Amino acid sequence: MQILNGLQLGLLLFLVASGLTLVFGILDFVNLAHASLYMVGAMVCASLTLSLDNFLLAVLLSLPITAVVGWVVERVVARRLYGRDHLDQVLATFGLILVLTTGAHLIWGPQGIAVPLPQWLQGQVSLGETLVLPVYRLVIIATGLAAAGFLFWLVNYTRLGMLIRAGASNRQMVSALGINIELLFSVVFALGAVLAGLAGMLIAPITEASLGMGNNIIITAFVVIIVGGIGSMKGAFIAAMLIGLIDTLGRAYLDGAFKLFMTSEAAENSAPALSAMLIYIIMALVLAFKPKGLFPPKVR
Amino acid sequence: MQSHYPKLTLAVMVLLAIVPPALYLSGHTFYLDVATRLTILAIAAVSLNLILGYGGLVSFGHAAYVGLGAYAVGIPAYHALYGGLEGWGLASASGLLHFPLAIAVCALFALITGMVCLRTKGVYFIMITMAFAQMVYYAIVSIKTYGGDDGLTIDSRSEFPGISLDDPLQLFALCYGMLVLCMWLVRTIVHSRFGMVLQGAKGNNERLITMGYNTYRYQLIAYVISGAMAGLAGVLLGNFTTFISPEMMDWTRSGELMFMVILGGVATTVGPVLGAVAFLLIEEVLSTITVYWQLPFGILLMLVVIYSKGGLSQIVGQWSSKHSRSPKPTEGSNP
Repeated sequence: MQILNGLQLGLLLFLVASGLTLVFGILDFVNLAHASLYMVGAMVCASLTLSLDNFLLAVLLSLPITAVVGWVVERVVARRLYGRDHLDQVLATFGLILVLTTGAHLIWGPQGIAVPLPQWLQGQVSLGETLVLPVYRLVIIATGLAAAGFLFWLVNYTRLGMLIRAGASNRQMVSALGINIELLFSVVFALGAVLAGLAGMLIAPITEASLGMGNNIIITAFVVIIVGGIGSMKGAFIAAMLIGLIDTLGRAYLDGAFKLFMTSEAAENSAPALSAMLIYIIMALVLAFKPKGLFPPKVR
Repeated sequence: MQSHYPKLTLAVMVLLAIVPPALYLSGHTFYLDVATRLTILAIAAVSLNLILGYGGLVSFGHAAYVGLGAYAVGIPAYHALYGGLEGWGLASASGLLHFPLAIAVCALFALITGMVCLRTKGVYFIMITMAFAQMVYYAIVSIKTYGGDDGLTIDSRSEFPGISLDDPLQLFALCYGMLVLCMWLVRTIVHSRFGMVLQGAKGNNERLITMGYNTYRYQLIAYVISGAMAGLAGVLLGNFTTFISPEMMDWTRSGELMFMVILGGVATTVGPVLGAVAFLLIEEVLSTITVYWQLPFGILLMLVVIYSKGGLSQIVGQWSSKHSRSPKPTEGSNP
């Protein structure tokens, strides 16, 4: 059960982190506001679900909307920052977060929106004697795996993927060969936005869509791409799974483990603190041995 | 070539020393509060400027040190009131404990995380400092004894023999004194041989390593000094607000500190102070106009980054400087 929860968190993290690593790897652009797109995706989907009364339709409609938001962000802001210092990019996208969050605040108000699930997603399946799983969690896992598979296919077996990989290793050469590199960048950025948005939409029925949801996941997504190696899709996937599992299992079982050799009071105080710190400790350990992450991209 | 704007620095510091207390004594108490907050933020910004401006180490986790410093007041004060931890000698309301404790804790945290962070470069450094700050944030949130998410009210300010921090004027004087001390310290460091190596490593790390300098060690020491100084800002902040919460070390706070340093002008003595002034002005003015003040603030932030290079101190400095020096803003930094 906890393993599946970890898997689910890992897949959601992968959706967010893959967009981040894609944008960084190809555009050399640090996008702090990436998680704001996750938030925007969730909010759009939540309000569409409420007005259309159909979660599936809302998701299908929200995907192009987040793509458009990503496209606009790329055209208006991100484009001016390519080739600039990373510090500039960090600060500007920090400003962008404030703009997007306050913008969402203006549109949807300060309250979070709970997203009702349709009947057919609310049930539970029993696997074997003791294991009972909510259907929706399985749906998240399936969707996440499908998205990961799609991304893998896109990057490795299509012309667009070929261009993306080429753009990542040598930007000038690609544009010299007559490829519209600006268009490619916009597409990549929008793709990243859709992936983040999708993650937001999937999690919304469980947690509810709220303004602050992006701030929590962005750091974890950073941890994922640092551990995985920035720019590496494979690294992002493996690290996301790892972090998702470690975080979930740590929160679930550390408490019990600590009680074995501590008074239960001390365990109850220290276990939550340590489990909150666990993924950062893992990150520190990984970086202590591999400063560029587990799977550093070969070029750059 | 350094850009220091001595006249501008002097003018800003003299104004800051005279105007707020004068306003306070003439009955406008509000402005002294703003000024105290200003000096505290300025100390944090000065400390960040040491590594970001001079060292080229873009730390996105500086608010964690401010927060840790504040908790170094809050936790001993809490135990002084409610008992516990006497055996550790930590249950005390004395500032003679709080200040060294904050500085020691922050220096230690900076040492440990710095050893890992400084092995990485560029974007990795930005993200890993941010992640470590967030680690502290979540750790504090999950400790329910000290209020967790809700924060902790500090019932008594740090006690010093002879001075009372409950008096706003004395608190301001202390913060101001600390700010001057920190600015002087950073200036001295920067002009020393140590500072030269630090700045050299920002420009061309490989060359300095080839010349036989262990730049990692220099950067680590600067990182520790900077963290300790931010811890000092945190102690003062805890004493000023008498309420501490994990929100103080949220990564958006770190972003604001970076904004101050960049806006004020990196690698200048007065830049962080100007940046803090500008930030508070923007916050105060915009938040009286609209509750959505972060929207124009965000737009402004993007515009500043996209269109400006040298920061406020360059603009003001060039305008006020009669000599036709052309201070070169530090570009092409190597974060």
